[in-house]
Amino acid sequence: MTENIQLNSKGKLKHFLSIEGLNKTLLTEILDIAESFIGMNDQQIKKVPLLRGKTIVNLFFENSTRTRTTFELAAKRLSADVLSMSIATSSTSKGESLLDTIRNLEAMFVDMFVVRHGISGAAHFIAQHTSPHISVINAGDGQHAHPTQAMLDMFTIRQFKQDFSNLRVAIIGDILHSRVARSQIQALNILGAAEVRVLAPKTLLPSHVESLGVNVSHDLTSGLKDIDVIIMLRLQKERMTSALLPSESEYFKCFGLTEAKLKIAKPDAIVMHPGPINRGVEIDSKVADGPQSVILKQVSNGIAIRMAIMAMAMQKQGAAE
Amino acid sequence: MSQILIKQGQLIDPANNINRIADVYISEGKVVSVTDEPAGFTPTTVIDASNKIICPGFIDLSTRLREPGQSRKATFKSEAIAAASAGITTMCLQPDTNPVIDTPAVAELIKELAEKAQYPQIYPIAALTRKLEGTELSSMLSLKQAGCIAVGNAQQAVKNLLILRRAMEYAASHDLLVMFRPNDYWLGNNGCAHEGTFATRYGLPSIPEEAETIALAQCLELVELTGCRMHFGQLSCKRSVIKIFQAKKYGLNVSADVAIHQLHLTQDDMIPFDSSYHVLPPFRTEDDKQYLRQGLASGTVNSICSDHQPHDVDAKLGAFPETEAGVSSLETLLPLMLRLVDQGEITLEQGISALSENPARVLHINSGALTVGFSADVCVFDRELTWQVNAQNWKSQGVNTPFWGQDFKGRVTHTIQAGKLIYSLAD
Repeated sequence: MTENIQLNSKGKLKHFLSIEGLNKTLLTEILDIAESFIGMNDQQIKKVPLLRGKTIVNLFFENSTRTRTTFELAAKRLSADVLSMSIATSSTSKGESLLDTIRNLEAMFVDMFVVRHGISGAAHFIAQHTSPHISVINAGDGQHAHPTQAMLDMFTIRQFKQDFSNLRVAIIGDILHSRVARSQIQALNILGAAEVRVLAPKTLLPSHVESLGVNVSHDLTSGLKDIDVIIMLRLQKERMTSALLPSESEYFKCFGLTEAKLKIAKPDAIVMHPGPINRGVEIDSKVADGPQSVILKQVSNGIAIRMAIMAMAMQKQGAAE
Repeated sequence: MSQILIKQGQLIDPANNINRIADVYISEGKVVSVTDEPAGFTPTTVIDASNKIICPGFIDLSTRLREPGQSRKATFKSEAIAAASAGITTMCLQPDTNPVIDTPAVAELIKELAEKAQYPQIYPIAALTRKLEGTELSSMLSLKQAGCIAVGNAQQAVKNLLILRRAMEYAASHDLLVMFRPNDYWLGNNGCAHEGTFATRYGLPSIPEEAETIALAQCLELVELTGCRMHFGQLSCKRSVIKIFQAKKYGLNVSADVAIHQLHLTQDDMIPFDSSYHVLPPFRTEDDKQYLRQGLASGTVNSICSDHQPHDVDAKLGAFPETEAGVSSLETLLPLMLRLVDQGEITLEQGISALSENPARVLHINSGALTVGFSADVCVFDRELTWQVNAQNWKSQGVNTPFWGQDFKGRVTHTIQAGKLIYSLAD
């Protein structure tokens, strides 16, 4: 980014739109703060008053269960008032522009927007045009970024592997359409992973994918060698109808993670998936539910990470006032 | 009777091989002399062009004035002023108006709007296919008779090659020029950015250069099959330049232009999600830009167009892929051409040719030169005058330009169209 609108003049987080442009110190700070919230999950009263009196609007232009729920829980545990709105794209196509929707909500004295939108750049656009006191958190925009998911994945990796510098990470599946993959790749490179490898057929890789800082392989068998962390991506059904893949079964044959293939990776490799899982398409149930899977851990960690990011973005706000 | 004398300027008229200090005498709308004062010449207006350059008025092969149908974006009146201030004296209008220029009635309406805006030299490009839908032929002959200078399909691809073949054959039957932006619909895949590092990083739907080069290769084959006279507009990539070079060498009757901004910007210049960089074809790579520049210098690409597309603010206000493509580019045409000269890419004569003599040849019109007897379309500009792209200087209703706020060198001081002074900077 030529100008990083995510940071305020003091270099503190104002919006959280993309991993790009953030440095290792800031990413580590997010992970550390999330760490401090993790203990709360076991307490009887799962609340801290950090965001008491603040209003957070979850603005979901795309369907989501997991992300929206964890954002909602995170906000509630910070004692904020939360409003979750699912705005089907059909209502915006009735004529109200994205900007008008935002302006209307702003008029209701909102402090933070958590936005998911199907178009790349939507969160940036909102951050650029919203009132200066409002923070915007990107909960996924088009094929661009899903930075909170990437951070919860980094958090999970750190839980199991401690240090990033010796890690070889494989991301497997539909990289082309994946905002999660783009954010993960950026985060892993900033945190200093030894290697990020993407494994997919050519039809599911963007052009010049190496420019993101990854090695490329089209073969799962050789591609899983020496891997410490395996990240599976969800395969959307429509990839078959748009001629990107011939069939689910052929995809599973080539890129589906089975117990046999998992053995090629390092014996202590962990298996991750941002969810929701397509069992038997990208991952075998035995692996998804097996001892090396940390998929449910990722979900729990999602709350702490989102608490940390929301608290940090609001903290700068408090200081500015 | 109005007579204009333009005194003591550096006259650059590439078509006539002239580059010297001269006076230009204009009478009754025509150039009457560029050497000695004609007998009985008593100028009603005298323009002092000392330390300035006098050249043929510019001919823009691809422009949109948004009327009829989209006057919230721009009007003939607003854009005629912008064009005049940019030294442009002739404009070809793309047919993607609303309604589309596919009936003589719309062509007539455009002529009327041009007269009202006091900017008569506007040539509509008629739709190649009805409603630009690529399924039925437009009434090309009637449209030609109604004043359309060529036929084309604007930004719309013609998906069906059989229909494209027939359209080209029909155009050739009536000696109509086809002005075409090669663009394969399927490979374009509704993208909004070049298929390269930028689109990959920001997750933007992308357009490979093959969307252009494959469509171009198909068209070149059809030119040979149909004998159609074809001009390729707004080329954006290296291999298009190579293909045009080969086709010309092979003897095909083709020509090509490039939009001025493609000669200056690449994907690396784009500010993430800044919709002022949303343009079709998209900004490509440094290598592509260099080839386009070389193509211009070698004459393979013989013309520069503005590909002017003024937009209202709302059209550019949204997440990048949802915004409308296009740059408001009349007023930056000359200074960006001069920048190429300053960068040593082309000579000043070549730059002026690409904006006047060569487009006139493409269109088969007696213009683009200050030949005695030709319509007096003249641009006078100050090579050294600097100015800023800002609200104070900008005339177009569309402020959608990635160059907003930038300083430019080179500014038009006078524009004469058919012997009438339509712009002077002092005003």
